[in-house]
Amino acid sequence: MAATVGSSIAVQRAQPAVGCSAGRAAIAPAAPLRRPAAAVRAAQRSLVVSAAQKREMMMWEALREGLDEEMERDPTVCLMGEDVGHYGGSYKVSNGLYKKYGEMRLLDTPICENGFMGMGVGAAMTGLRPIVEGMNMGFLLLAFNQISNNCGMLHYTSGGQFKVPMVIRGPGGVGRQLGAEHSQRLESYFQSIPGVQLVACSTVANAKALLKSAIRSDNPIIFFEHVLLYNVKGEVHPGDYCQCLERAEVVREGTDVSIFCYSRMRYVVMQAVAELEKQGYNPEVVDLISLKPFDMETISKSIKKTRKAIIVEECMKTGGIGASLSAVIHESLFNELDHEVLRLSSQDVPTSYAYELEAATIVQPEKVVQAVHKVCGARGLVSA
Amino acid sequence: MASTAAAALAGRLAPPALSSRPAGAATAPLCPVGAARRAARRSTAGRVMAVATPPVKQAAAAKGGKAAAVTKEEAHAIYSDMVLGREFEEMCAQMYYRGKMFGFVHLYSGQEAVSTGVIKACLRKDDFICSTYRDHVHALSKGVSARKVMAELFGKKTGCCRGQGGSMHMFDREHGLLGGYAFIGEGIPVGLGAAFQIAYNQRVLGSEQDDRVSVNFFGDGTCNVGQFYESLNMATLYKLPCIFVVENNKWAIGMNHPRATAPSSVADNEPWIYKKGPAFGMPGVHVDGMDVLKVREVAMEAVARARRGEGPTLIECETYRFRGHSLADPDELRKKEEKDHYFARDPIPQFAKYMLSNGLATEEEIKELEKRVQEEVEDCVEFADQSPKPDMSQLLENVFADPKGFGIGPDGRYRYEQPGFTAGTAEVS
Repeated sequence: MAATVGSSIAVQRAQPAVGCSAGRAAIAPAAPLRRPAAAVRAAQRSLVVSAAQKREMMMWEALREGLDEEMERDPTVCLMGEDVGHYGGSYKVSNGLYKKYGEMRLLDTPICENGFMGMGVGAAMTGLRPIVEGMNMGFLLLAFNQISNNCGMLHYTSGGQFKVPMVIRGPGGVGRQLGAEHSQRLESYFQSIPGVQLVACSTVANAKALLKSAIRSDNPIIFFEHVLLYNVKGEVHPGDYCQCLERAEVVREGTDVSIFCYSRMRYVVMQAVAELEKQGYNPEVVDLISLKPFDMETISKSIKKTRKAIIVEECMKTGGIGASLSAVIHESLFNELDHEVLRLSSQDVPTSYAYELEAATIVQPEKVVQAVHKVCGARGLVSA
Repeated sequence: MASTAAAALAGRLAPPALSSRPAGAATAPLCPVGAARRAARRSTAGRVMAVATPPVKQAAAAKGGKAAAVTKEEAHAIYSDMVLGREFEEMCAQMYYRGKMFGFVHLYSGQEAVSTGVIKACLRKDDFICSTYRDHVHALSKGVSARKVMAELFGKKTGCCRGQGGSMHMFDREHGLLGGYAFIGEGIPVGLGAAFQIAYNQRVLGSEQDDRVSVNFFGDGTCNVGQFYESLNMATLYKLPCIFVVENNKWAIGMNHPRATAPSSVADNEPWIYKKGPAFGMPGVHVDGMDVLKVREVAMEAVARARRGEGPTLIECETYRFRGHSLADPDELRKKEEKDHYFARDPIPQFAKYMLSNGLATEEEIKELEKRVQEEVEDCVEFADQSPKPDMSQLLENVFADPKGFGIGPDGRYRYEQPGFTAGTAEVS
């Protein structure tokens, strides 16, 4: 399913996130790919990355590569979900892997989300590192019991005796006329569950790197992918690069306003930024990455610099990630703000099937431009 | 074994018709070795013990299977375990009314034959069990120390879950106790997941000798929860070493079983739960859950099946809780006649009589076992009483296995690195 957000995001050259150690080492942007034909063929034959250079691929391929690498590295890593085995995953993230790893490690489950989520919990408690895939994130509403009570709380309730090193992943967000039930944003429902981390990937590079970290983490990680981003092209980091799960990414440094976003909204914001740049604005764009916990260092640094904040999310306005972030910013950075935090969220409306209505429920680039105008004031140029 | 079981059944109420499929179709294709033994097992796999059983002595003599014989040591262990369960639970009632434990406490008194017959008599330390909120006695039978269970109930830091779980959430890693769950049904997939891990160990990680099993315990009310059926299906589908033990005590708080559960087949009027086994491709067995030796026999068979890699079994134990659903339940709906019927079938005096008439114990030995249990229970209360309460450090410590999960604060440090974290006063969001 192609991204509908415009051609400007075909190849992401976002500044990559740094590791979590004290030093901040910049990663140089990659040079264009030029390799001998034989080496290209060799690389294509090998499923596991060993090349030192960055390579361009689609996000689903990057996720698959990350999954493959982690399964190769650790035999307790396994994937369970509907159609993840023979079918290769509804978005091909596990394409062909069952042939390499077998049907226990790529477990095709029956349609019983709460049941197989709980089975994943039990497996995780007793020594495995399962990844449980929701064919669509929305289906995991059926697994809410297991995600909330057991994934989230069991380590605490057992007094620290059992850890639940699970990754719960799947495509969510608003797609292209998929209807209300296939267009859900579960991050807002899951965010209150104590004991889970919520991570949203957005680029090819961070998708692979974050997934690798999530698999290695001992905490339960809910890993949000987006239905419309699987075919986004980009480069993966070379080697065994794992990205910190708790850090935000500064997508574009700026001075006028801090725009916080995540997942597909990153592209919507960058589309608006292309227009805003022409109008003479200099926004800073921060991709949250970690929806829970918030990276308060990056967020507060940005706000102290720009003194204005806009949150752009695909969640509903009520109780969304933006609602939490807005509250935290007001509480902890009130004196650093020149303007109240603006939240651009989806309408509290079920997503319509009809294209125009669907487009009206979610945030479009024009709204982002208008919000920047509101917060920063007019710049004397013709507005979009 | 098949012929004696048939003889035993002949003198009782005719069991309801089982699945119409031929006996051999119930289980998946197996290896050719031991075909005769398997045929014998299949014919008994669906056997039913009638609801109203004759006295223990007659049933035991009629059975004659190899599992019926217990050694003296085993008998003493069985008796002690049941008495420990009973005395512990009765002590809980006392402690609750004295204000030593709070919240929802669900006592197991009356059901000891199931816990002892399955766990104490058949399971190893490295097997897994998973229970519901009625889990104190499962924990004890599995080997968790009474001290740790009582301290947990008192909310002390020496409890098995450091006081963070409570009555409904008993966990013990060392003894393979996977919980303690408040929402009935939510523990069943967890127990199934442990069985999946065992199968994974055998089939993927190369430990073909791994013959551990995972046993789920839950009640009649749970058998209407979707997760129960989802788990039965997956257990058979993946052929997992998972045993499902239904403790049908006929009441789910105030819902009598037949009022909540429809008849299990068009042919009969009863909501049999064991019949749901064959519907999901596994043997279903009904057993008198007030008779520890009968439970033991059925459980041994199910456990042996699972250890051999032949997959899951559903065991329905007819049992009864002598007390209300919880200590908050006035227990006004159950009739006196029903209670008296089951008091008369109390598993503990039943087994004491059995031991005496079969030369497995003398009156003095029985008194000695009871006395030791009494001491153990008094000791665990004293231990729990003397134990300290949890420190504030426990507030934040176990939320995440990796405390990085609380994220990075404005000053750039991970929040768990703040000094207040271990005092429970750090700002974590």
